[in-house]
Amino acid sequence: MHELGIVFHIIKSVERVAAENDLERVSAVVLELGEVSGVVPDYLTDCWKWAAAKTELVEGSELRIEMLPAMTHCDGCGRDYPTVAYGKTCPHCQSGNTWLLTGNEVNIKEIEAY
Amino acid sequence: MDQVRVIEVKQSVFADNDRRAAELRAELKEKGIFLLNLMSAPGSGKTTTLRRTVELLKDEIQIGVMEADIDSDVDARAMAESGVKSIQLHTGGMCHLDADMTRQGLDELVDGDVELAILENVGNLVCPAEFDTGAVKNAAILSVPEGDDKPLKYPLMFQVCDVVLINKIDVAPYFDFKLDKCREYIKMRNPNAVVIPICAKTGEGVEDWADWLRRQVKSWRS
Repeated sequence: MHELGIVFHIIKSVERVAAENDLERVSAVVLELGEVSGVVPDYLTDCWKWAAAKTELVEGSELRIEMLPAMTHCDGCGRDYPTVAYGKTCPHCQSGNTWLLTGNEVNIKEIEAY
Repeated sequence: MDQVRVIEVKQSVFADNDRRAAELRAELKEKGIFLLNLMSAPGSGKTTTLRRTVELLKDEIQIGVMEADIDSDVDARAMAESGVKSIQLHTGGMCHLDADMTRQGLDELVDGDVELAILENVGNLVCPAEFDTGAVKNAAILSVPEGDDKPLKYPLMFQVCDVVLINKIDVAPYFDFKLDKCREYIKMRNPNAVVIPICAKTGEGVEDWADWLRRQVKSWRS
């Protein structure tokens, strides 16, 4: 359900870009997805197939997903570490005073069209 | 067939919604309408809390309520019994409301005299946090039976909230719920969040919450 809502927003954005660039038919949308964005790639592509079939502009188009790694910064020791492996606790100094540097992106990178 | 063109977009999927939400907020400021977005997990007591809140404020502030659910109108009926204007929004299976859906609801709800519009979002701690509705302030309810660790598990919800109501505080001893721990976890996610323990059923603490809301509405409309 979560992924379907996101798919609707992707389609809305693609429609806007298409109108601005005089695109008639989109063949692919390339999406950058952060590792901890909370969006499941398989669900997203399933929802895409379903929703894209109902919208002429993107009908039959492909949703290509590029994953972006998640990194967390530690204010305790100033170092960065991979988020998925260690979560909120810094593996270097065990501080919990950390924040997400990258990894929650849901970006439309580019659109391929005729 | 023409050659394939590649258009670089490099934009967050949420950017369009964020822009529309900002536009809506600017309009609300102009019209003097304070929009509160109330979020929580299902069953945490959003509707009961709202009924209490409305009882305390309805004589001094014109209130309108939008109930968002995937289906049914039980919440809108419950609110209508409290004597405030109330409409039911159906999200058609979607797990959240976005700025456009909120605007549609407001168009129906507001007929010129509403000063405080309250959006009861779909019961869910994940998706509603990602979509800015255009609300002036976000509030979340966390109820005691859900556990004091929820701010750790659903960080975004607590990051985007200006105020967190900890509901069903009367049963805390039975659920091993540590209020201090919960406050600490909320502050880790959002140092600026105001935390107000309440019991919507008995009314405990609801006066403090109503005071907070009253001040916010006043400052937005001044």
